[in-house]
Amino acid sequence: MLNPALHLNPKLFDADAEQRPTRDGYGDGLVAAGDADQNVVALCADLTESTRTEAFAKKFPGRFFELGVAEQNMATVAAGLGISGKIPFIASYATFSPGRNWEQIRTTIAYNDSNVKIAGHHAGISVGPDGATHQATEDIAIMRTMPNMKVFVPCDAIEARKATEAAAHIWGPVYLRFQREKTPVMTTTETPYAPGKAEIFWIPSAGIKKPEVSIIVCGAITYNALAAARELEKEKIGVIVLNCHTIKPLDERKIIECVKKTGAVVTVEEHQIAGGLGGAVAETLAKYHPVPMEFVGMRDGFGESGQPAQLLEKYNMDVKSIVIAVKKAIKRK
Amino acid sequence: MEPLTEKKLKSLEFMANRLREDVIAMVSRAGSGHIAGPLGMADVFAAFYFHILKHDPKHPAWPERDRLILSNGHICPVQYAVLAHAGYFPVEELRTLRRLGTRLQGHPHRGALPGIETTSGPLGSGIAQSIGIALAAKLDAKKWQTYCLTSDGEHEEGNTWEAVMFAGKNRLNNLTVVIDRNNIQIDGFTENVMPLEPLREKYESFNWHVLEIDGHSFEQIIAAAAEARAIYEKPTAIIAHTIAGKGVDFMEKDYLWHSKTFKPGEAEHALKELRTLGGKIKSEHE
Ligand SMILES: Cc1ncc(C[n+]2csc(CCOP(=O)(O)OP(=O)(O)O)c2C)c(N)n1
Ligand SMILES: [Mg+2]
Repeated sequence: MLNPALHLNPKLFDADAEQRPTRDGYGDGLVAAGDADQNVVALCADLTESTRTEAFAKKFPGRFFELGVAEQNMATVAAGLGISGKIPFIASYATFSPGRNWEQIRTTIAYNDSNVKIAGHHAGISVGPDGATHQATEDIAIMRTMPNMKVFVPCDAIEARKATEAAAHIWGPVYLRFQREKTPVMTTTETPYAPGKAEIFWIPSAGIKKPEVSIIVCGAITYNALAAARELEKEKIGVIVLNCHTIKPLDERKIIECVKKTGAVVTVEEHQIAGGLGGAVAETLAKYHPVPMEFVGMRDGFGESGQPAQLLEKYNMDVKSIVIAVKKAIKRK
Repeated sequence: MEPLTEKKLKSLEFMANRLREDVIAMVSRAGSGHIAGPLGMADVFAAFYFHILKHDPKHPAWPERDRLILSNGHICPVQYAVLAHAGYFPVEELRTLRRLGTRLQGHPHRGALPGIETTSGPLGSGIAQSIGIALAAKLDAKKWQTYCLTSDGEHEEGNTWEAVMFAGKNRLNNLTVVIDRNNIQIDGFTENVMPLEPLREKYESFNWHVLEIDGHSFEQIIAAAAEARAIYEKPTAIIAHTIAGKGVDFMEKDYLWHSKTFKPGEAEHALKELRTLGGKIKSEHE
């Protein structure tokens, strides 16, 4: 059942549950951060509407900068702003920023410890019809391996807003990952959120014996993990679903605590299996508490054009694939 | 290149209009994709694939073919349409644009479809790849030409200018770049987003030969390509002034049609308008 302590959306599984893309939360959070602190500035590279930078640009035209299609310039200009008292947020699609401008981010933002927040939009395969060139499935890996960088992957529009506001308050480089598609809103404004603190969204209902697997998940696909937990409970299989919205710094304590209870783990992400959330969790468990582990994510391949749901199914990130992975993890105990 | 007869001119006009109809039908069927850019470049594509290029659609990998690289990959619907009509693959396949399993990816993918020389979509990397291709021709003493179609928005990317500088330095006379100067991009008019003028002088100062043409005049497109082939001191840039959304009144010059989803009736309206234009040409053939 949904963890009653977290004030999650009780209508989550209803057919008419509210749906919003996580990028909307970036737009809301950016305006709120701009209201709270006049040092917040926003930069964009010819994608002002689709990255939801537009509301900030309208409200604070003097603090918005249009760079044109120039992601490398955007990152480096922001680096200069960030070491000069400003709190720049830069936005583009994740394949271009932090994809194309990765070295600029590494040296001039991370190594400089410049106070820049990098918003990578259209992450994951659920970008859909635009195809592989626009589906970022490597961004968590390339950002979490970068010293000084924090990595936030919010699960819904409300959490995305909180993550964006939090990024403005934290000193130093932060990577924020957002998604294009409308997805169910799972949290509420009351749901606790703190960077670096993973939250248990699902626990076994009364009557189910102890949880057998920890599903550790990030991003909008958290919904699929919860739906899988619900399916599994129908078969009397209890699980924990841990929303690991911060990949770096990773909430190792909470992860180990969950995994000690379950003795097996499945990670779920819309990202390559190599180097993403799964990689981060595996590094921690290998060190402190190795258990059977299954990975749900992209299996070293590029995506393609298609509708988001079709692609999640074809590339084994749908509810069914998570259910299968959980059963496999249990068998391996 | 053969001379451009009156008859050929008419057939090119007819083809360009057909490509525009296909673009509208493809994108509205797919439910997403780019429109204004493809419509604006339909004449250039028709001229290249049906007059300028040395190519063999039945043998897409023919080593002696001219290479056409589409740098601004988002306008691929018009390239897909022209490739189909030229005979690279069945015209019926145009219906599959952006669908799961299609060879017609949302942005072109090398290897997915015959006739696609390289992957594009992420902007600003086409001229540089074209340079590599043109350099390979030089190394192998080959006569084929390399043509890169690019956009004005792409000239905001640093990579574009790194490439322009390199080609000028190396006098890559077998390389021709055609710039879709339609003055629009996603966030608005190009000169508001990031002024590009004086574009001609920029290229000239990097040691390129520069031509400016009306991108809807077949005579000018074809003459410019012939001149580019004849110039042997330098690479050539052809600045093709085009009208974004060309052929559909409510799309022309409205930058929001860069990529927009059709409301009910809009695609039909656009198709009707194109068909009446086409009707004019058709009636002379009937
Ligand atoms: C590197 C990169 N950054 C951003 C984008 C998103 N994007 C797609 S088309 C486009 C506008 C480019 O302008 P232009 O090619 O002149 O567009 P058009 O004339 O076809 O409207 C942008 C920013 C991209 N495809 N690649
Ligand atoms: Mg343009």
